[in-house]
Amino acid sequence: MGNLAQHINPNLFNSDVETAPNRNGYGDGLKEAGEADVRVVALSADLTSSTKTNVFAEAFPQRFVQVGIAEQSMASVAAGMASMGKIPFFASYAAFSPGRNWEQIRTTIAYNGTNVKIIGAHAGVSVGPDGATHQALEDIATMRIIPRMVVIAPCDYHEAKKATLAMAKYVGPAYMRLAREASPTITTPATPFAIGKADVFLKRNVEHGKKVGIISTGIVTYQALVAGKVLNEKGIGASVMHMATIKPLDKEAVLRFAEEHDVLVTVEEHQRAGGLGSAVAEYLSLVRPTRILRLGIDDVFGQSGTPEQLFKEYGIDSQSIINETQKFIG
Amino acid sequence: MLHFDALGQGILAYMHYLSDKEVHELEIQANEIRQSIIEMLVEAGSGHTAGPLGMADIFTLLYFEVLKHNPKDPFWKERDRVVLSNGHICPVLYATMAHAGYFPIEELLTLRKFGTRLQGHPHTEALPGIETSSGPLGSGLSQAVGMALAERIDNPYSSKYFYCLTGDGELDCGQVWEAFMHGGKEKLHNLIVIIDRNGIQIDGYTKDVMPLEPLREKLESFNWDVQEVDGHNIRAMNDAIGKAQAVYGQPSAIIAHTIASKGIDVFERDFRWHGNPPGLGPENYVKKSEQAEVALQKLRTLNGHLQAHDVE
Repeated sequence: MGNLAQHINPNLFNSDVETAPNRNGYGDGLKEAGEADVRVVALSADLTSSTKTNVFAEAFPQRFVQVGIAEQSMASVAAGMASMGKIPFFASYAAFSPGRNWEQIRTTIAYNGTNVKIIGAHAGVSVGPDGATHQALEDIATMRIIPRMVVIAPCDYHEAKKATLAMAKYVGPAYMRLAREASPTITTPATPFAIGKADVFLKRNVEHGKKVGIISTGIVTYQALVAGKVLNEKGIGASVMHMATIKPLDKEAVLRFAEEHDVLVTVEEHQRAGGLGSAVAEYLSLVRPTRILRLGIDDVFGQSGTPEQLFKEYGIDSQSIINETQKFIG
Repeated sequence: MLHFDALGQGILAYMHYLSDKEVHELEIQANEIRQSIIEMLVEAGSGHTAGPLGMADIFTLLYFEVLKHNPKDPFWKERDRVVLSNGHICPVLYATMAHAGYFPIEELLTLRKFGTRLQGHPHTEALPGIETSSGPLGSGLSQAVGMALAERIDNPYSSKYFYCLTGDGELDCGQVWEAFMHGGKEKLHNLIVIIDRNGIQIDGYTKDVMPLEPLREKLESFNWDVQEVDGHNIRAMNDAIGKAQAVYGQPSAIIAHTIASKGIDVFERDFRWHGNPPGLGPENYVKKSEQAEVALQKLRTLNGHLQAHDVE
C-alpha cells in the first residue's frame, strides 16, 4: 500500500475515518487569528454562516462587516480597511468571489499592495446539487495569474485552520479555496504546515519497478491517496504529494518528486487549464521535461449531482485516478 | 487648514469662512495648477484634459485649505485620506500635490514616461501621498468606506475625514451603488464624496450615455446628505465641505457642478477633450498644432480678460 507519512491520520484508509468540512477549519482558525491579533477583521456578503465567518462574527461583532450581496464592493472595502492597517479576511462562495470581483482583487488588492485575505468557499464540483453556476472551477487559475497573489487549497479541516492562521501572519494578498462537503480528515493537529511547502503524504513501495508521482491539491488529495494505496497494491510504485500552496509553487519539492518518479499525475477539482497541473508543467518544462497526466475538469461546466457522482463523472475519483494512471504508464 | 509648528507637528484649525483675499489667492493657485496640467499633458503627449482642468479649483481648495495633511510627511498617521476614484484625472492630483510641496514641480514633466513616479493612472506604491491605485472606475468609494469603517473600529471619535472624489460617468458602475448603500447603512459621518458633475464621459454627454438624474434624490434615498454646489466657486465649495463635516449620522455627498476643461474657453464643455491632450484634441476652434500654446495663453490671460497693462 506504500507508506503513509507519520504525521498523517493513521485511520485514513478505514471506513470510519473522521470527516469534517475544511470551511469549518477556516471558521475556527479565523476566530483564533482574531484572538491573537486585534487587527484581524472579517467581511461577509450575506453568506456568513455557510462560509463559517459566523464563528468570528459572534466572537468579535465590532470587527465584523456585513456588506450584503456585493462581492465587488466587499473586495474594495477590504482593501480600504487594509490600507488603514487592518488584516481583512473576506469570504463568499468562490463562484462569486473571486468569480465576480476579479478586477477589484487585481487592482484594489494586489496592485494596491494591500494585506487582504480572500476566501472562496464551496469551490469545485463537490458543492454538488447546486449545479454548475455554483461550482467554481476556474478560481485557482484566475487568482494564480495575479502578481503577488498566494493561492492555497487545503486538503482538510486541520490544514484549513493552520492555513488561516498562516495567512493572518503572512503580509500580502492571499487566496484560499475551500469546499462545502465534509471530507476525510487527512492530517492531524501536529502535521506541519507552511505557506509554499509541499508535503509527501504517501511514499511508494520501493520494491515496485514502475514509479508514479501523484501531485494533488484540495480535498481531492484524499482521492489521490486512496488511488496511491491501491496502485501500490497492484504493483505500481505510486507516491502522493499534497500541494496545499499552488502559488508560490514549491519548486524544490516538485523537481525532487519528478526526479524520483518516471511520470507524474496531477489531480485537482478544477479546470485542467491554468490550475495545479499547469503550474507543475510550466515549471518542469524548463528544468526537467517530464511526462505529466493532468487530471481535472476538461474544459466543460459542471452539473448537479452528488459529490461522488461528480468526481466520477469528471475523472477525479480514486477509481478514475487508478484507471487513468494505469493507462498512462502503459 | 493645517498649520505646522516648529517641530513639524500638524495643528488643525477648523473650517472657516474664506476672506476675499484668501479666495483670490486660491484662484490664482488653481490657475497655476491648470497651467502645470497643460504643460505636463503636452510633454506626455497623451492623457486626459477635460476632467483635470474641471477639478482644479476643488483640488486646490482641498490641498491648500481643507485637508489635514503634511506634504513633508505623506505617511503621517493622522492625515485625512483622499481617495481619487476616477484615476484618469490624476494630472490635477499630481499638479496640486507638486504645488503643495509633495515633490518638485519639475517632476510633473515626467508624467506617463518610463520610470516615472507619475504613472498614467495613479499608483500608491509609486508616489508617497497617493492613497490608492486607481483607474478602473467605480472602486474608490468602496475603499473609502473600508477606510472609514477601519477608523471607526480603532477610534469612534476620530477627527479624520475620508474624502472620495469620483466622476459622474463612473456612477454608471454598479459597484458605486453597492458602496453608496453600504456607506448609508453604516452612517459614516466622516465620509465625504465629491462628485465631479461635468456631464461628460468618453462616448458623449452623460445624459445620452446613461442618464443619472435625479441624482440628488437617488443619493438621498440611500441615506446620504446631499448638497449641490458650483464646483468653481471656491467659497461655496468651502462652505459645502464645512457643512458636510458638520453632518452627523450620515455620510455626505457633494455634487460639484463643474465645466469640463474649465479655464480654457475654447475647450470647455466638449466631451471630445475627455481623453486627449492639447495637440490631439478636436479642431473646431483651434488647430492641433496651436492647442498647447493657445491653452497656456488662455490661462495666463484669463481667456483674454487680462490685458498686458493689467500686470506689472
